[in-house]
Amino acid sequence: MRLEPKLAPSLAVTLLFPLAAIATTLVLTSMLVLVAGASPLSVFYLVAKGAAGSQFALMETLTRATPLIFTGLAIAVAFRAKLWNIGAEAQLYIGGVVTVVLGTGTLPLPSVVLIPVIMVAVMAAGALLLLGPAVLKTRFGVDEVVTTLLLNFIVLLFVSMLLEGVLKDPMGLGWPQSQKVIAEAQLPRLIQGKRLHYGFAIALVSAVLVWVVMKRTVLGYEMRAVGHNPEGARFVGILVNRTLMKTALLSGGLAALAGFSEVSGLKGNLTLDLSPGYGYTGIVVAMLAILNPLGVIASAIFVAGIFVGADAMSRAAKVPSYIADVMVATSLLSMVVAILLARFRIRWR
Amino acid sequence: MLPFMGEVGNLAGGDNPSPEATTLSLDGKESLPTSPLPVTAVSSKPALRLSGISKRFGPLRANEAISFELKRGEIIALLGENGAGKTTLMNILFGHYVADEGTVEAFGKPLPPGDPRAALDAGIGMVHQHFTLADNMTVQENIALGTQSLWRMRLDRAAARRRIEQLSADFGLAVEPAATVSTLSVGERQRVEILKALYREARLLILDEPTAVLTPAETDALFRTLKLLVAKGLSIIFISHKLHEVMSVSDRVLVLRSGRLVGERETGSTDRKELAALMVGQEVKPAEVNPVKRGAPLLALERVSTTPYNGAGLDQVSLTLTAGEITGLAGVAGNGQAGLAALIAGIRRPTTGSISIAGREVADWSPRAALAHGVARIPEDRHAIGSIGDMSVTENVIGERYRSPRFSRMGFLNWRAARGFAEKLITDYEVKCPSPEARMRLLSGGNMQKLILGRALDPDPTVILASQPTRGLDVGAVAYVHRMLLEARDRGAAILLISEDLEEVLALSDRVIVMSKGRLSTPSSRGERSIRQLGELMAGHDGERGDHAA
Repeated sequence: MRLEPKLAPSLAVTLLFPLAAIATTLVLTSMLVLVAGASPLSVFYLVAKGAAGSQFALMETLTRATPLIFTGLAIAVAFRAKLWNIGAEAQLYIGGVVTVVLGTGTLPLPSVVLIPVIMVAVMAAGALLLLGPAVLKTRFGVDEVVTTLLLNFIVLLFVSMLLEGVLKDPMGLGWPQSQKVIAEAQLPRLIQGKRLHYGFAIALVSAVLVWVVMKRTVLGYEMRAVGHNPEGARFVGILVNRTLMKTALLSGGLAALAGFSEVSGLKGNLTLDLSPGYGYTGIVVAMLAILNPLGVIASAIFVAGIFVGADAMSRAAKVPSYIADVMVATSLLSMVVAILLARFRIRWR
Repeated sequence: MLPFMGEVGNLAGGDNPSPEATTLSLDGKESLPTSPLPVTAVSSKPALRLSGISKRFGPLRANEAISFELKRGEIIALLGENGAGKTTLMNILFGHYVADEGTVEAFGKPLPPGDPRAALDAGIGMVHQHFTLADNMTVQENIALGTQSLWRMRLDRAAARRRIEQLSADFGLAVEPAATVSTLSVGERQRVEILKALYREARLLILDEPTAVLTPAETDALFRTLKLLVAKGLSIIFISHKLHEVMSVSDRVLVLRSGRLVGERETGSTDRKELAALMVGQEVKPAEVNPVKRGAPLLALERVSTTPYNGAGLDQVSLTLTAGEITGLAGVAGNGQAGLAALIAGIRRPTTGSISIAGREVADWSPRAALAHGVARIPEDRHAIGSIGDMSVTENVIGERYRSPRFSRMGFLNWRAARGFAEKLITDYEVKCPSPEARMRLLSGGNMQKLILGRALDPDPTVILASQPTRGLDVGAVAYVHRMLLEARDRGAAILLISEDLEEVLALSDRVIVMSKGRLSTPSSRGERSIRQLGELMAGHDGERGDHAA
């Protein structure tokens, strides 16, 4: 078996392949559903209904997609430059920490000032957290996969320490949780009475801005060049290490916004279960989007929909909601194969 | 004589060698026929027959209804411009691509399409331009690898060694079977590649640009070997763009242009001028060289040493490039030319010594510094360094100047200007590519090189580093590149031309310097040293490699 490169795939093919990957995912997971003793069609129907079948379901899906858009963008940006940031989870939690440090009454400012201030500080903190691994990579050749991955555990323990110590809510009945952020630091709801908040709008704007950066700016050009061929990039005068630093700052900052958006828009305070692995799921989201910032919006909503839909489904069909994890993982694998097929022609023998 | 010669005789009836026959003949002792093969007796069926081969890649017609025959005991040369379809055709022959139309017949039997294994079994051997040897293994291991199980390789070591020695002696392919490949010179490695094919009983040998990496003496030795091979019944396809080599080694010449076979000539009844005209579709005039008008020194290296880079490092090299002059640097690959090119391009810094531009020392030497000081760079490796394969033509051509006001403002790129520039280069340099949006990877080497040249020369540089600027290019493109370099020289640019093609160096350079083991020879002005004298310098004064090859 050999792979022959194809000419650039047409736009139609590029759009068709993700759909084919989703179809493959449904076929593969239906086998598991059968083993669980349920009808695949009804299960998938229930998942779809649970994800988008009502206004409530749709709102819930979009709310769940919000942090995934941020972490997906963070990963897409970093992977584009081949900076393997596996530490979005840590950056997310640091974003949460900074939000509660500044947002629980420390800065008595009106909302229009306080929220931007917090956002800038949050992005700076996330950026600095990824800067360390980037410096180690460029200076000493330390593998950033290892450093960013391990930082996730370090930061989670650090947050745990803070929540048992200086950030612990004195009124929290002993639970490891922070105080609630003040009203001025809260992101308002997008629609009155629903859980969907302005974090979603900020995520959409961020995706568009990141798209503009990647496609239209000198920085995006440098990042893509470094990712595709660092030697070639260096030859034309791109400062490869400096570009990787800038990538790290942008990626870390975006991931940290996920933490800000969750605390400030949804949860109100910082707990140790702020994220059920949004930092890791962001990798799936970015890969499903083929690292395209606008595609991240669609793939984040898709992945969020599966998780939200599976919760509803498991209540109705008595199939464990773990099927959502399997579906997301299978869709990632199908997508990787689809990308391969879009770029190469397979010759048997 | 050799075991496989008996096979060639058997194959007059059109049999394919069975796997058992192959294994048996590896035991070199038993079957060594003594009489030379009667070539005329077996030449009734052609060694190779291509009928109506066509291959398209999207809108591009890489091969269009190509038919020809290769007789036994014949050397045909395959000449063609870059992108003319030579490589595609050989890839079809060797089973790497499947032709859209047409059939391939080897020794009277049809060759199944898309099956390299079948091509090997049919006795087709290929010597690639870039060698496919394992550097850390011995010559013998490299040759025997893949012909039998690893276990048998151990048992039959003595027999394999005898057979390699026999083949070396018969065809003048001197090489020590126990030597590790990494210690061999380029010429020796090529001999190993040829031995590898012969060991697999190749009866049809394809050589892709085999002389690109050889000294003149090694080239002569290779040609003697090829003559010996065909005298014993092998057939050879020789792919080259150097007309004088084609004239001296081939029996017949096939000329490809834009995927079509446009000419077939007996070598004895044609000349270089006619072949060049066939290739390009019009007559090519050799570059005319105006008298040199030297100006001020523009770039100077002062006792520069570097760490090794793709070969030897620089050892106390001093070199001054003067305005209006082409300095030619000749040498066998791996003697420090790559290091010198990398240094001037800015991707390497000197460990000791200094670099000055127009008399002023530049302390912080880098690609950006080189570009800022008007140094244009044409890199040797257009795939790994000169271009970014997965980015578009447009994105590639703005590479060196994406920060200039022409292509960006306030951190935003001006894609319209960039695309316009790409379109201009595509037209001016006659680049064959589907659109400026096409990925660079999809372009042929020559078209890629034209774009890199255009990118480098467009800002009208004062110093030009041209490292192997015409390697792998067709006659038309070579003439074009030469003309561009000479024009730049007449405009007052200081040019360093690094090339392994001695003819090119001699044709263009106002002075010639030879590089050997990281050191430079004294310069000689145009016509002062003969090719032979330069060859001796290239081999290093002690002549260890040159003697070996001669």
